[in-house]
Amino acid sequence: MTSNIPAKANAQLSTNPQSGLKQTTAATGTVTTAGPKPVSTPASSQPSTAVSDPTSPAATASASSQPSTTTAPPAAPAPRPPADNPWEREEGHVFPPLPKLLRAALAKCTPAALWDNPVLELTWWGAAITTLVAIAEPIFGVQARSGGTLLPAGFSATMAVFLWLVLYTATIAESLAEGRGRSQTEALRALRTSTRASRIRHYDPRRDQAARHVATLNVDALDLRPGHFVIVTAGQTLPADGDIVWGGGMVDESAQTGESAPVLRNTSRANRQVISGTRLLSDRMVVKVTKTPGHTATDRMIALAEGTHRQRAPKEMALLALLSSFSLSFVLVSLTLNLVVAPWDMPVSIPILAALVVTLIPTEIAALMSVTGIAAMYQLLRRGVLVDSGHALETAGDVSTVLFDKTGTITEGDRCATRFLPLSGVSEAELVAAALLASAGDQSYEGRSITALAAKRGFADCDDLSEGDKIFDFSAKTRLSGRDCPDGRRVRKGAESAILKWLDHDGADIAPAALAELQGETTRVANRGGTPLVVAEFPAAGPARLLGVIPMRDVVKDAVPFRMEQLHHLGIKTVMITGDNPLTAKAIASEADIDEYIGDADPQAKVDAIVAEQQAGHFVAMSGDGVNDAPALAQADVGVAMNSASPAVRQAANMVILDNDPTKIVDVIEIGRRQQATRGALITFNMANDIMRYFALFPALFAGEFPQLMRLNILHLHSVPSAILSTVIFSIVVMGILIPLALAGVPYGLTSPKRALCRNLLYYGLGGVLVAAAGIKLIDLLVMWIPGY
Amino acid sequence: MQWLAALTALLTVAVAIALSYRPLGDYMAWVFTSRHHLGVERLIYRLCRINANQSQSWKAYLGSVLAFSAAGMLVLYLLQRLQAWLPYSLGLPPVAPDLAFNTAASFVGNTNWQSYVPEHTMGYTVQMAGLAVQSFVSAATGLAVAIALVRGFTARGTGVIGNFWVDMTRANLRILLPLSIIATIILLLGGVPQNFSGDTVIDTLAGGSQTLPGGPVASQETIKMLGTNGGGFFNANSAHPFENPSAWLNLFQTYMLLVVPFASIRTFGRMVHDHRLARSMLICMVALLLIAYASLVGFELANGGAAAADSHGALEGKEWRFGIIGSMIFTAATTGTTGGATNSMIGSFTPLSSMVAILHMVLGEVSPGGVGSGLYTLLVLVVIVIFIAGLLLGRSPVILGKRVGVREMKIAALVILVMPVLALAGMAASMAIPPIRAEIIDYSMSQANAQGMTEFIYAFVSAAINNGSAMAGFSANTPWLNIVLGIIILLGRFLVIALVLAMAGSFASQPRSVDRDGHLPVGRPTFVILLIALVVFIAVPTFFPVLTVGPLAGGL
Repeated sequence: MTSNIPAKANAQLSTNPQSGLKQTTAATGTVTTAGPKPVSTPASSQPSTAVSDPTSPAATASASSQPSTTTAPPAAPAPRPPADNPWEREEGHVFPPLPKLLRAALAKCTPAALWDNPVLELTWWGAAITTLVAIAEPIFGVQARSGGTLLPAGFSATMAVFLWLVLYTATIAESLAEGRGRSQTEALRALRTSTRASRIRHYDPRRDQAARHVATLNVDALDLRPGHFVIVTAGQTLPADGDIVWGGGMVDESAQTGESAPVLRNTSRANRQVISGTRLLSDRMVVKVTKTPGHTATDRMIALAEGTHRQRAPKEMALLALLSSFSLSFVLVSLTLNLVVAPWDMPVSIPILAALVVTLIPTEIAALMSVTGIAAMYQLLRRGVLVDSGHALETAGDVSTVLFDKTGTITEGDRCATRFLPLSGVSEAELVAAALLASAGDQSYEGRSITALAAKRGFADCDDLSEGDKIFDFSAKTRLSGRDCPDGRRVRKGAESAILKWLDHDGADIAPAALAELQGETTRVANRGGTPLVVAEFPAAGPARLLGVIPMRDVVKDAVPFRMEQLHHLGIKTVMITGDNPLTAKAIASEADIDEYIGDADPQAKVDAIVAEQQAGHFVAMSGDGVNDAPALAQADVGVAMNSASPAVRQAANMVILDNDPTKIVDVIEIGRRQQATRGALITFNMANDIMRYFALFPALFAGEFPQLMRLNILHLHSVPSAILSTVIFSIVVMGILIPLALAGVPYGLTSPKRALCRNLLYYGLGGVLVAAAGIKLIDLLVMWIPGY
Repeated sequence: MQWLAALTALLTVAVAIALSYRPLGDYMAWVFTSRHHLGVERLIYRLCRINANQSQSWKAYLGSVLAFSAAGMLVLYLLQRLQAWLPYSLGLPPVAPDLAFNTAASFVGNTNWQSYVPEHTMGYTVQMAGLAVQSFVSAATGLAVAIALVRGFTARGTGVIGNFWVDMTRANLRILLPLSIIATIILLLGGVPQNFSGDTVIDTLAGGSQTLPGGPVASQETIKMLGTNGGGFFNANSAHPFENPSAWLNLFQTYMLLVVPFASIRTFGRMVHDHRLARSMLICMVALLLIAYASLVGFELANGGAAAADSHGALEGKEWRFGIIGSMIFTAATTGTTGGATNSMIGSFTPLSSMVAILHMVLGEVSPGGVGSGLYTLLVLVVIVIFIAGLLLGRSPVILGKRVGVREMKIAALVILVMPVLALAGMAASMAIPPIRAEIIDYSMSQANAQGMTEFIYAFVSAAINNGSAMAGFSANTPWLNIVLGIIILLGRFLVIALVLAMAGSFASQPRSVDRDGHLPVGRPTFVILLIALVVFIAVPTFFPVLTVGPLAGGL
């Protein structure tokens, strides 16, 4: 067992050794029922309705059964999505067509479009000024000289062309990444089943308030705008947020709020607001649209994956500050150089100064920074994760603690009966028969698992529902189910405390010995991580009897231990936090290989646990899918919601996992780190490159006046113009080399930081120097054949 | 043979520094963390109405630094302007306004650029009550700011970084003053004069007569070196036999320059209870200093022509009692710290050596830098390295339990811009205005060629980085240069201090994470290499194009 039991769990272990007969105050100060404990959420008390969402192809498939037993998972886990999910398609047409790409890139080559990227903005100005000089030179008949060197004819024009190409390559990189993201999200958008709406062409509230005699248009809900009026009839989905102006009815809002019971909506001030995506169950209403549809959390995330609404994340801002500082220092050099060397009267020509700035400022990393961001989003999307901001993705890379909500996250979420444990004096057959009776009306997964287990053990199912039978469905409130037979026999199965309460209420007199034996059994079951169900009956005649215990057990998902192993490799602490009792939590934590666990946690306890981790300086990620997780998801640095969660929960989260597999958080963290590592590699490579560029450019600046400076020309470049042109061309070439690297991300291994730093410095530092030396030299060998160079 | 001497000199200084590194560093850490006030300190606090137990926010701290420095500058300016009416003025007239401004700025800014000839300009009162006092307090200011930044790392989200007045008092009373007293005694034993006797005229053996200046030399010499000030009592600075009489005292003065900046790294490690980062910083400083020393010695020994070859190296402009080695180790120390004292004519160095001297300053004075300023400048660079290393590893950049965020990086990015902007803009402005350019070329520069250009570049770099050393031959006592260099010195000093304190405040308001280094291998050789590479990368390229027309054109 890898767990260090936290103090909180310890305390509960000591105060609550048994699986709960009493109400116990949890360490958080909130009164909770110890032992198997229902997470009292509205969503969980509604067994039959799957929490569905139009964007979730998986939701409808989920057999969202709610337990007939005591613990209710906040939301049902969904099976893995079918393989044809759009976000898991193979690469194919992920690259946009070339002409479109080139056009999109060209559109970015304006100072306004580049405004938020100061480094590229500088490149634009460098290219623009060089162009002006190139145009002016022939007009004024100036012979281009620089630093004492006579430049070949057309040198300025050549410089201008190549400087524009540097900028163009940079913008192509960004367009490429955006195009890739968009091709993925187009499919995702198409998937969102659009709602149709009956829009009233001309609504006249005075004459025809009910809008019975008006012309309507059948429009797509996304085309609705505030101020439009729509008619909604029973069974229809509300197409947009709005206010009811006429009529009313029962609305099922469970998909949006998690509140299972239909609510009455009408024209009264308090009730008139309706939410898009909810369903009108009865009657008819006229709704005035108040909000443009389509700006849900998911839409926001899709827009982000396309790179359209990019905001800079903090670390990106910090890097940009550093890059701007480097850039400014070279702008300063080019602005002051000619003044400082004024006594020699051999000014460096403006195109060469522009080339100096453009090649030495970190153009590549500035251009590729947004590419790395979009590429990371795209990679996440391919794994079925939507992210709401670059910030969240960056923070994900910093995460050092991950909190998992147990149910539906670590485990399958559905408990199965594993055995029948009759108490002494009760035969197994008796117990099974009673259990079958009590479960017959229980169509939940857990109820059926009892029937299945009985069948496996060779007991026939008694599906003879006689007329007079009275079935008691499981509810989160009673926490038991059962049946009253016409002969007076009453059978119940449920949580221990609920059964005992029921017996007590109905005046049963249970022998202390039987009670003690029951407690022994249930404790043993709970200690092994199971949830004990107790079966009891009032026979047709005779005193009430405790029949036995059925251990229900939640199964850890197959992939979970492996994923936890990956998290440990990443140096991340895993914490499981659950409403279950500490014993169950402990068993599951050890089975799933989780470091720590906190049992008996209510929503506030989850928030408290996150705050405690944050105060210790950790970045905390929390994955959850229940309505009660919303505060915790909001508190966490990275909140990861399942797609099956209600919109309110998804709104509180930073990420949505489309196929509801919470262990995808490993991918998120890895991609977050790889994005950072890619940026680190790019800036290191860029700086290492610069070293060779200095040696190519600086001696060339004044070589005409001081030929001895060419002794610093360690690459033996052919001539001054050739050295400068080669360096500029190299900038374009290196951008081409780096684009695939930025799109794919650098390999991010699980090696120790020491070795990783060493290796990265070697690859990108030393590699950068060598690539630049070889690259500039090779280009020079070509350029030198041009006459005049 | 010469290299053996170079090694011996180096080892002598290195051993001395190694011996005092721990005790002095730990002592300074105690001084700045002790809760106990000495009796005399309590008296000072009471007289000045200072609440010594109240820790300041970075803004309040900066306000105190600026107020204190402004007051010091005003006093120093007035002392110079009123010199004629002061006692012990040796009959010298008031100092000209522009020169007085320049001198005040330069001594308050711990630069000690001297546009004047001290023995012909400043009387004893100005030297002792003005210049020597500022030599103490400007060094203490640097130390206080560095300690405030260190407190930013240790603070647990409180946002306060200590009390400037307490730091200032303690730095002076408990560190600089005791060290100075010990060092002064050693200097006196070595033959440095300390008197108020003015000039003594003697008859020489050859029959002529010679004027021997006297004065409180030893006391001022001590703080000039210990406080990495460099403002000499005489124009010849440490080349003057009364300031620096012998070869062994020359090595001792080199040690005095280096001892406090190096020991403050230990202080840092001690205060943050983590010596790994401190050790990496120490190695970085030592490595850069050694590279500078080796290249200075190498270029001086190699590059000299026939006459130099006969005398085993280029000895022009060097004192016989120090030789090339004694001069170079002193120069390496004085350009690596913000010392600025000189014991040889940098103007007479071979061009490549003078380039090394310039580049060594350009590095940002982090090898090991001035008192305090070396520590805080290198810490700012460490913040940048941590950020890049964090990126490379895909980890969040954490330094000593504090995250390096946008604000910290913005500040660091500004800090590294200050020096190049000031130096290059100053040079460009000076050359852009035709009459000024003519004046500089015809009057200030010793020759209108690459050598003169090197002198010109050296002056601006020296001022922007608060070094204060100069290439003799460059006459800087013109109104333009006095005022422009004075402004550059003030901005170079106090802009950086303001940014550093802002960074301290930013770190101080963060809670301290249990994860001290964010898994970044701060104690590893790779980290040191990255740090050295970044120090060089940030500084050198900006000045390289300009240097090509100065020392490079002259030396290649």
